[in-house]
Amino acid sequence: MVGVVIVSHSPKIAEGISDLALQMAKDYKGLRTAAGLEDGTIGTDSVRIMNAIQDADEGDGVVVLADLGSGVISADMAIDMLEGSVKAKIADAPIVEGAVVAVVEASIGSDFDRVIAETEKTRDFRKVS
Amino acid sequence: MSSRIHECIVRIGETIKDNKDFLTDLDREIGDADHGVNMARGFTAVEDKLPADETDIGAMLKKTGMTLLSTVGGASGPLYGTAYMEAGKIAAGKTEITAADFGAMLEAAIAGIQKRGKAVKGEKTMLDALIPAHDAFMEKANAGADLVTALDAACAAANEGVEFTKTIRATKGRASYLGERSIGHQDPGATSATLTLETIRDFLKE
Ligand SMILES: Nc1ncnc2c1ncn2[C@@H]1O[C@H](COP(=O)(O)OP(=O)(O)O)[C@@H](O)[C@H]1O
Ligand SMILES: [Mg+2]
Repeated sequence: MVGVVIVSHSPKIAEGISDLALQMAKDYKGLRTAAGLEDGTIGTDSVRIMNAIQDADEGDGVVVLADLGSGVISADMAIDMLEGSVKAKIADAPIVEGAVVAVVEASIGSDFDRVIAETEKTRDFRKVS
Repeated sequence: MSSRIHECIVRIGETIKDNKDFLTDLDREIGDADHGVNMARGFTAVEDKLPADETDIGAMLKKTGMTLLSTVGGASGPLYGTAYMEAGKIAAGKTEITAADFGAMLEAAIAGIQKRGKAVKGEKTMLDALIPAHDAFMEKANAGADLVTALDAACAAANEGVEFTKTIRATKGRASYLGERSIGHQDPGATSATLTLETIRDFLKE
């Protein structure tokens, strides 16, 4: 099964998004968060992100959702540090909507490319039409 | 016994820590008020972790970069982390640095920052200090100047770069969320990069 990692500056954001996403897929076991620094400070840490990706991986790849600025840079760095040992990619998608779709898609057993594609479709979700 | 490169890194850390509040205040204007705190936290960890007797400049820089990467916390963590690690690759096995070496190290550091952060010159980032600094450095070095002389030119150009960041709008990093409001303030990362170059120059002059 494809894994999903939520990267945020804030542990509270990551926890909230996880709760929200898992409501839609209660039995999904592949979700991990990497948020804040080791001591709980707001920030992002490439090493923690790398560990979360490794932990989420069952061999089918890991989709990463990141919040603003250094969330993306640190996640990118984490993926580089894995040197191809895990198939991982940042989905170019809003973190909340993207996480919900990624978790649902992964939980029904979709493959890596499909989870990425469905997750990235959330970029075009309209809220007010 | 502490090696020269260890002393140099410790000195950079001291400069960063001395300017912690200044850098944080700059980041308060156009960011989230943490650049000084981030960098000081990183260099405190660097000081704790670095082997004082390591003489291999490349190995020392690599270790510095890896430590910054996991302790700084902001965008500057992976950016400076990559910069030090890439510079370290050029300096691998070296215990002394020539002007040509330093030019190549600075170039590799800049390329690393650009690969990570996808920014170019003129987006109000640390690159607006580092790229002009590298240009000025190479001009002197190619004309036969020694390391310290070339670094003098680099520092002057970096300072001009910092001034230039006051006049432009941020299009990368957190400050880009501020749009026009980022104009009028100097970039914190360009400032810390300039302080770093000045500290290296001053250290080499002693
Ligand atoms: N994409 C980028 N490329 C180059 N430098 C960047 C980029 N994003 C941010 N920076 C630099 O990082 C500095 C901010 O660092 P810091 O405050 O530590 O991180 P954060 O912005 O995550 O809070 C900025 O002043 C800028 O110079
Ligand atoms: Mg900041």
